Amino acid sequence: MEYLAVFLPLAGFLIAALFGRTIGDKGSMYLTSALMCVALIASIVLFIDVAGTEGYTITIFTWIASDTFVLDWALRMDPLTVVMLIVVNGVSAMVHIYSIGYMAHDPHKPKFFAYLSLFTFMMLMLVTADNLVQLYFGWEGVGLTSYLLIGFWHERPSANAAAIKAFVVNRVGDFGFALGIMGTFLLFDTVQFDQIFAQVPAMADATFTFLGMEVHALTTIGLLLFLGAMGKSAQLGLHTWLPDAMEGPTPVSALIHAATMVTAGVFLLARMSPLFAEAPDALAVVAVVGALTAIVAATIGMTQFDIKRVIAYSTMSQLGYMFFAIGVSAYSAAIFHLMTHAAFKALLFLGAGSVIHAMSDEQDMRRMGGIWRQIPYTYALMWIGSLALAGIGIYGVFGFAGFYSKDIILESAYAAHSAVGGFAFWLGIIAAALTAFYSWRLLFLTFHGQPRADERVMAHVHESPPVMLLPLVPLALGALFAGIIGYNAFVGDGTEIFWANSLDPSAHAAVEAAHHVPLWVKLLPVVMAVGGIAVAYWFYVREPGLPKKVSSAVGPVDTLFARKWFFDEIYDWIIVKPARGLGWLFWKIGDGLIIDGLGPDGLSKATRRLAKRASRLQTGYVYHYAFVMLIGVVTFVSLYVYTGWF
Amino acid sequence: MTNWPILSLITFLPLIGAAFIFVFARGSAEAVARSARWMAFWASLITFVLSLFIWFNFETGTADFQFVEKYAWFPDLGISYHMGVDGISMMFVLLSTALTPICVLASWESIKDRVKEYMIAFLILETLMIGMFCALDYVLFYIFFEGVLIPMFLIIGIWGSGSRRVYAAFKFFLFTLLGSVLMLLALIAMYLQAGTTDLVGTADAPGLLTYGFERDLQMWLWLALFASFAVKIPMWPVHTWLPDAHTEAPTAGSVILAAVLLKMGGYGFLRFSIPMLPEASEAFTPFIYTLSVVAIIYTSLVALAQRDMKKLIAYSSIAHMGFVTIGTFAMTQQAVQGAIFQMLSHGVVSAALFLIVGVVYDRLHTREIDRFGGLANTMPIYAVVFMLFMLASVGLPGTSGFVGEFLILVGVFQVNTWVALLATTGIILGAAYMLWLYRRVIFGRLTKEDLRSMADLSPREIAVFAPLVVLVLWMGIYPSSFLDVMDASVANLIDNYQTALAAADPVDVARR
Repeated sequence: MEYLAVFLPLAGFLIAALFGRTIGDKGSMYLTSALMCVALIASIVLFIDVAGTEGYTITIFTWIASDTFVLDWALRMDPLTVVMLIVVNGVSAMVHIYSIGYMAHDPHKPKFFAYLSLFTFMMLMLVTADNLVQLYFGWEGVGLTSYLLIGFWHERPSANAAAIKAFVVNRVGDFGFALGIMGTFLLFDTVQFDQIFAQVPAMADATFTFLGMEVHALTTIGLLLFLGAMGKSAQLGLHTWLPDAMEGPTPVSALIHAATMVTAGVFLLARMSPLFAEAPDALAVVAVVGALTAIVAATIGMTQFDIKRVIAYSTMSQLGYMFFAIGVSAYSAAIFHLMTHAAFKALLFLGAGSVIHAMSDEQDMRRMGGIWRQIPYTYALMWIGSLALAGIGIYGVFGFAGFYSKDIILESAYAAHSAVGGFAFWLGIIAAALTAFYSWRLLFLTFHGQPRADERVMAHVHESPPVMLLPLVPLALGALFAGIIGYNAFVGDGTEIFWANSLDPSAHAAVEAAHHVPLWVKLLPVVMAVGGIAVAYWFYVREPGLPKKVSSAVGPVDTLFARKWFFDEIYDWIIVKPARGLGWLFWKIGDGLIIDGLGPDGLSKATRRLAKRASRLQTGYVYHYAFVMLIGVVTFVSLYVYTGWF
Repeated sequence: MTNWPILSLITFLPLIGAAFIFVFARGSAEAVARSARWMAFWASLITFVLSLFIWFNFETGTADFQFVEKYAWFPDLGISYHMGVDGISMMFVLLSTALTPICVLASWESIKDRVKEYMIAFLILETLMIGMFCALDYVLFYIFFEGVLIPMFLIIGIWGSGSRRVYAAFKFFLFTLLGSVLMLLALIAMYLQAGTTDLVGTADAPGLLTYGFERDLQMWLWLALFASFAVKIPMWPVHTWLPDAHTEAPTAGSVILAAVLLKMGGYGFLRFSIPMLPEASEAFTPFIYTLSVVAIIYTSLVALAQRDMKKLIAYSSIAHMGFVTIGTFAMTQQAVQGAIFQMLSHGVVSAALFLIVGVVYDRLHTREIDRFGGLANTMPIYAVVFMLFMLASVGLPGTSGFVGEFLILVGVFQVNTWVALLATTGIILGAAYMLWLYRRVIFGRLTKEDLRSMADLSPREIAVFAPLVVLVLWMGIYPSSFLDVMDASVANLIDNYQTALAAADPVDVARR
């Protein structure tokens, strides 16, 4: 069963990649999708088996063994893994099916489906790893497939640029991750999870020398691993690749850049939670970065006009929530939000894909509007997704998925009663209002008001085929009910039983405390969200002229948000350009002028010069030679006479 | 069959093949070329098959030299014909024998002039390479080590592609000659001191490996050997011959140069500098670290600025070798195993990358990156193969490139975090220049007319790449096949090194 859940996507990849031409477009599409569905069923079986147990590990074979650096290819099955299996295989299966419709006009279908399946396999290797290096394998593997899929339409220069940017920025994070693994091995003499966790208490106060400084070992390792997580999960500073990644086909954005890959950083930190338990300073950094990401991304999201970019910034913001949940030790809340977010964000992206499909590949919301009657199902599904994202619900009665998962995060932050907890709580509250605002801004701009597209496009607006709508139904059900159904087991009374030891057991207290916050803390997020929706309604339905006035009134702030806080420009200026300049300088000046100039070229020049001088001595005049000979004879004779040599 | 002089057989079989070609390849120019190709192919292939025999019969649990052959050569001087392999050298022998047939196959159509002489040069080169990795006598080693220079010099100078090939050949010769002279001096000095040139020695007369030179002498000897090995591998700042040599060499010349010849430097450090001169090696370790870290960052940045595909890959080779020298001198099990693994992996990956450049060069006769673009449309198989090796070059886990690089970094992190940190920046820069190269060649819109008619890989080219593809994945997914071989020898190398240091300065070692 474990092998089915993990290796069927690999089989799908291999078949579609190697025999794509033989079995044809249809064969590749249906086969990979069918295999994904079987893998999903296997994951559900595993979930039922493993959730609430200690779990087990299946060793496949040894990967690397050098002295004590020994690690295996293995499948670790525990509650955290099986939750991720459901998320990954679930969303992936839906995206596979959806893509059959979405990519219907693309000439390279087998390649696309092969990449999707390969991505899924890599993600599964990541979540089933029993050691940090296999996790790193999956980590790099999803990075690779993300690169391939962002650049899938490789004839577009912007897609290529985005693909490279995604890979390289992620490598900056990987740089930290790799160093974190090295530090782990130095401290624990192993990279295998169980062996690490067993030693954590003994190492709580350990220090090692890092860059010439004596530092607290676990904090250092924690921060290095978090640097990796920041890259993959687009946290502030290493987030610039995510919006650009929207160059990829929309199903890719849903699967990779919303539901699964970008949450790998959250997973990594949750997986390492026993280690972070002894690294409170590292957690504080995680909380602050997460909170800042949540708010900054939300401010940018308010000003974007590309429908996919709005959702991308929303994803980044929600990832910020997950990270500050981890920062206050509420790991189970982070994973709970990861799961509900996977459902409603995939729904939103695929819904947006449906809109784009209907609008003849238009992505700019300024050229949409007034189409809700033509595509009612998509419209309804987008509403469900937005309600879940904004976290709307009535306390004690019913709420959409985000209502439960986002609120428990905010409550945990509040309940932490620490400075960073408070900081994260208030930023999270503001971001909640902004989230609701940009979500309804998106809905109103896209579906309501006067049509702003030209007539030709408007004439073509059509509802998507069933193959694209049906996969959205399970996701919509998730957005509707995942919160209320999962609440008890994930973060409620059943927490300890459900997670067993797969998350740091001592951290369950953080979530427990969240249940005992004052009522206003529980109500405030919803109030803020409703306020955000009301403002959006006022801005984009009641008085559509207002946004322009507001943005010109707060000119510089609007520019700051709309230009994405100038991260790209700053990086280009301080990193990319100097690197290129240095490269050229080292090449022409370092290698050419200095090394070669003083080395071989200089030597050969000097030799030639010397030879020229020597040849000048050979004038050909007999009296010159005779003169030289005479001097020589005189010299030798004098030497003989005076010193008695020779 | 174990009593057979198997190493000598493998070493000299290519030479016999060369003699065969010399004598029997006759007739019209066309016939000569054809028979030279086939004879060279068979000679190198049989050599490879025979070399597999040493892998299968290699005992992994021991650090001793195996398949040893020893005959008196100049008995009065104590110089003998002494051959043998251990876990450090064995894989390099296989690397050499595996790549030669691939090179012959890759030269099948691209070499049209003087095919006979070319094939002879290549087979002689193979003999010298294998002999170098097997030699257990310094004189014998020196002969092979320096002998390699000659066929390589000719291959670049005669069959090279560019207008600057003579300049490149001479530059190559000048740089390596400088090292050779100093290495010869070291050889003489060692002989005068130890009275033998044998590496292993006998029970009552220690060989060079265990002789234990005076500390002061070690320093001078180390520098002399360093001059030779650093040029070969090459280390910054004596690397500038490599990009020129690569650009001017024919494809197969680049392949063998990158895949095997560079490894001579790394092998030299492991076989000579470290075991023979442990105190000096320890003293110069910071120096090696510095040069290697500079190499990794400097050459990676230079690679970003390149416009010629071969030059870019040449510079990336220097960066990869920077990892190797770091690992070699970090002297932890992971780092040294990683360094050897990285050399093997680079042997396969760089070979493949130069072949990849060769494929488009054969079709378009240019290597300028800007002349390409959009090849994914016309050459899909080529694009996939290129992708795989590009990823191996950037060290993606699951490919061979990852295992070596990561083991080195893990190993060096234990002794010096600064070096580990700075070297790890190489994984960012490496991704940048390789992905950018790939994007400019393979992706994008196909706008240039002459690219439209480019044919995808031919069956012969697929046959060239297939074994390399298998190797890269095998080494990435199940590296144990290779790591197990070197385990005992590397452990022994480190043990002896630590013991020597402890004996030299007990206080200092205790402090660490």
